[in-house]
Amino acid sequence: MNPVNYLYLAALLFTIGASGVLIRRNAIVVFMCIELMLNACNLALVAFSRIHGNLDGQIIAFFTMVVAAAEVVIGLAIIVSLFRSRHSASVDDASLMKL
Amino acid sequence: MENLIALLVAAPLLGAAVLLCGGRRLDRAGHWIGTVLAAASFVIGVVLFTGMLGKGAEDRALHQHLFSWIPVEGFQADVAFQLDQLSMTFVLLITGVGTLIHIYSIGYMEHDERRRRFFGYLNLFLAAMLVLVIADNYLLLYVGWEGVGLASYLLIGFWQHKPSAATAAKKAFLVNRVGDMGLSIAIMLMFTTFGTFAFGPVLGATGDTSEGKLTAIGLMLLLAACGKSAQVPLQSWLGDAMEGPTPVSALIHAATMVTAGVYLIVRSGAIFDAAPDAQLAVVIVGAVTLLFGAVVGCAKDDIKKALAGSTMSQIGYMILAAGLGPVGYVFAIMHLVTHGFFKAGLFLGAGSVMHGMNDEVDMRKYGGLRKYMPVTFVTFGLGYLAIIGFPGLSGFFSKDMIIEAAFAKGGTQGWILGCVTLLGAGITAFYMTRVMLLTFFGEKRWQPDAEGHEPHPHESPKSMTVPMIVLAFGSVFAGGFFSIGDRFMHWLEPVTGHDHGHAPVSAATVTAATMVVLVIGAAIAWAMYGRRPVPAVAPRGSLLTRAARRDLLQDDFNHVVLVRGGEHLTRSLVYVDHTLVDGVVNGTAATMGGLSGRLRKLQNGYARSYAVSMFGGAAVLIAATLLMRAV
Amino acid sequence: MTSTLAAAATATSTGEAVQFWILGTVAVIGALATVLMKKAVHSALSLAGTMIVLAVFYLANGAYFLGIVQVVVYTGAIMMLFLFVVMLVGVTAADSLKETLSGQRWLAAACGLGFGILLIAGIGQASLKTFNGLGTANARHGGNVEGLANLIFTKYVFAFEITGALLITATVGAMLLTHRERTERARTQRELSRERVRSGHVPPLPAPGVYARHNAVDIAGLLPDGTPSELTVMQTLRQRGQIRDVSGTSLAGLRALEQRSEERLGRAGEPARAGEPARDHAEEEEEVAK
Repeated sequence: MNPVNYLYLAALLFTIGASGVLIRRNAIVVFMCIELMLNACNLALVAFSRIHGNLDGQIIAFFTMVVAAAEVVIGLAIIVSLFRSRHSASVDDASLMKL
Repeated sequence: MENLIALLVAAPLLGAAVLLCGGRRLDRAGHWIGTVLAAASFVIGVVLFTGMLGKGAEDRALHQHLFSWIPVEGFQADVAFQLDQLSMTFVLLITGVGTLIHIYSIGYMEHDERRRRFFGYLNLFLAAMLVLVIADNYLLLYVGWEGVGLASYLLIGFWQHKPSAATAAKKAFLVNRVGDMGLSIAIMLMFTTFGTFAFGPVLGATGDTSEGKLTAIGLMLLLAACGKSAQVPLQSWLGDAMEGPTPVSALIHAATMVTAGVYLIVRSGAIFDAAPDAQLAVVIVGAVTLLFGAVVGCAKDDIKKALAGSTMSQIGYMILAAGLGPVGYVFAIMHLVTHGFFKAGLFLGAGSVMHGMNDEVDMRKYGGLRKYMPVTFVTFGLGYLAIIGFPGLSGFFSKDMIIEAAFAKGGTQGWILGCVTLLGAGITAFYMTRVMLLTFFGEKRWQPDAEGHEPHPHESPKSMTVPMIVLAFGSVFAGGFFSIGDRFMHWLEPVTGHDHGHAPVSAATVTAATMVVLVIGAAIAWAMYGRRPVPAVAPRGSLLTRAARRDLLQDDFNHVVLVRGGEHLTRSLVYVDHTLVDGVVNGTAATMGGLSGRLRKLQNGYARSYAVSMFGGAAVLIAATLLMRAV
Repeated sequence: MTSTLAAAATATSTGEAVQFWILGTVAVIGALATVLMKKAVHSALSLAGTMIVLAVFYLANGAYFLGIVQVVVYTGAIMMLFLFVVMLVGVTAADSLKETLSGQRWLAAACGLGFGILLIAGIGQASLKTFNGLGTANARHGGNVEGLANLIFTKYVFAFEITGALLITATVGAMLLTHRERTERARTQRELSRERVRSGHVPPLPAPGVYARHNAVDIAGLLPDGTPSELTVMQTLRQRGQIRDVSGTSLAGLRALEQRSEERLGRAGEPARAGEPARDHAEEEEEVAK
């Protein structure tokens, strides 16, 4: 087995996460799918760092985690405040910008 | 001395500006200002003339350079004047006859409340016509050319409230425009051929230029002359131009503006001499118009329209003479000057008759006026004798010389032209005698006018009769004066050149033939109108008479050939514009609208749809990247 | 688990291969569950499972620090944060499975399929036959953590500083976004108790489920006449309309009991007398007696 398999796995997880973003209506579940995509990227980075033999991939994965954490914080805060005003967590509610 | 040349133009131009911009407060003095300035121009012209006489024949030309108009590299156009013998002749004619007509108009337009404007327009005309004849390059000549066209339009349509006058003015302007196109094309051709507009360089370089180019320029100049001088095919406006006041008809459409075409051709003589085909065209135009005008003049009952037909015919004579080449240039100008005298006199006389007959123009309602308007009768009569070529009066000398020159052209052409001119002389005698008989002789056929006023013919006031008397003097003596010792020929020769030609018949034979033809024409007129009573309503007449009454169908011809064709063209172009051009434009707009309406549906406001587009776009990008790497 | 040779290797150990295939399947199943589960809580928990599997993979690949951080930060903090928000937003709020946008499912499936195929094709085209392994890299500075630290504070120090600033900004932002300004002055305890006494309802409200057969928070307690009382359920659930009413089943059960007892006691056929409560009382006594 080759570490390349990890890359295939990462690609598959990424695709699943992306499809999840498109399909689900609950804002929190959409967010979770985005987290899934980020995790898939991290896995790919770690696999690359092993393939190339240096730690740069892990550093980038590390920073990705930090940024993902910050993003989750803000995103969930937004969802909470939106829910307070609208009492609904559906992504489809924000459809006023249509032509 | 040269500095005075600009004053010739400046005086009437100043008058026009003052009178047209001055406003109603100048109404009381307007006519005096106009007349005085016209007279001043005449005085300056006489001073220049005497100065010229004092010099030898070779250095009589005066030049004055006013300013550089368009000083562009490779395109030099100046406002500069050149006063040589040819221009001087015209200057004297224009200012002299012009001043007389100004004086006449004081009395004729006395009751018109827009008299001040009338004098302003007359002064404007004088200024433009003077610019035309004293310009030293074709571009400045064109300025004057357009100026007289404008003045003619303003003056023909002077009685604006009459729709017929407005239409006539428009018609005159439009037909003249066709001629003006000819002149502008000729000037453009001149520029591309010679690189300059000035008379000297252009006329001096004709020897080195190809005949094709010169023929083209000559034909375009001929077109211009046809427009301004009312020659076939651009003659349809002259009859309608009689809608203007009679002084206008006298000054512009008899003595001066219509002679501008002759001036142009004589001035450009060098071009025509080097392009025989163009010269042939000139002669043909002159001959055709000569007969055309004469035939039309025979059938008109309106006195002014009859005289208009006569003008057209006489200018045909001049054009024919100018087209004969050096043989005829001098005689063309001589006839032009004498015609200026007697035609202006005839028109002023007609105006005087109209003035006394409540502005009635139909000769069938005249008759027996000689007892009531003696001065008018005498001056008109002298003009009549001059125009038919009665021996001793001016027309005899000038018209005879043209007929002789026609014969002297030589060859078949000479015979044909000579016979045509003889025939024209005969018809001239006929219609002029007819006018005299209908107006001044016979029984009174007077009718009350539209408001029921009976005509009380009376002699016109002094302001009108004095100019008529002066012009009658000219009609009588000018021709003889010019012919004594061939002094007119010697005066003009340095400018136009003169050739004696080869006459197949002697001068005496020609003169005798002219006399015979003249008597025959007058006798026929006497038989038809002098002996029998004149019907009040015109009888049906023969086919030719009816055609002549409709100006030999000139308007119908123009309508069918030009107007209908133009309308068809316009309609088809409008159609193309609507369907094609608008169709393309509107179609594009509609397509864009439809497209955008469809594309609009993509923006349904749902973030998930947009996410699908993003995802799809990302997939496409990856595919493209892979393709690029594979390639 | 990993090759310790400095030279490039071409295959990992079999143990790792087995681990990969098994845990990889689990991860994929977890991911699919995240996407496809109806309830948000189930999605969150499956995602946490996938993340743990990924942490194992990081450890297997020689990223020891990252593996631990994945468990502690990602699964432990971030997923818990998600669960908190799910609780705030509504545990029972379930997505309806009906898709509102036409064609969205098909498009998503097509795009996903296409995207996945392209990615995998792209990865497949890359020549990654040999790999270096992290043996030397980890040993260079005496361990994975030390190696990472060396890189962070030398090569990536700028990114490090900026991410620090980003974290602070995120914290402040979260506080700002969720802060609720009081529009009125909070009522003091004195005022609250005064209000309570004046309303006449001094003792605390009855607990939910009292006199009913359940003690769940969202089940209304029954009044003496058998009808449910909304006061017994907390206000949030009242406002959300999430009160479960089981009075109907209780009453139906009581009636069935009465029927059976009547049959047993041979009182069948007696017409139903007016005054249910009296009967209930009698039946309850019977029940108690049993």
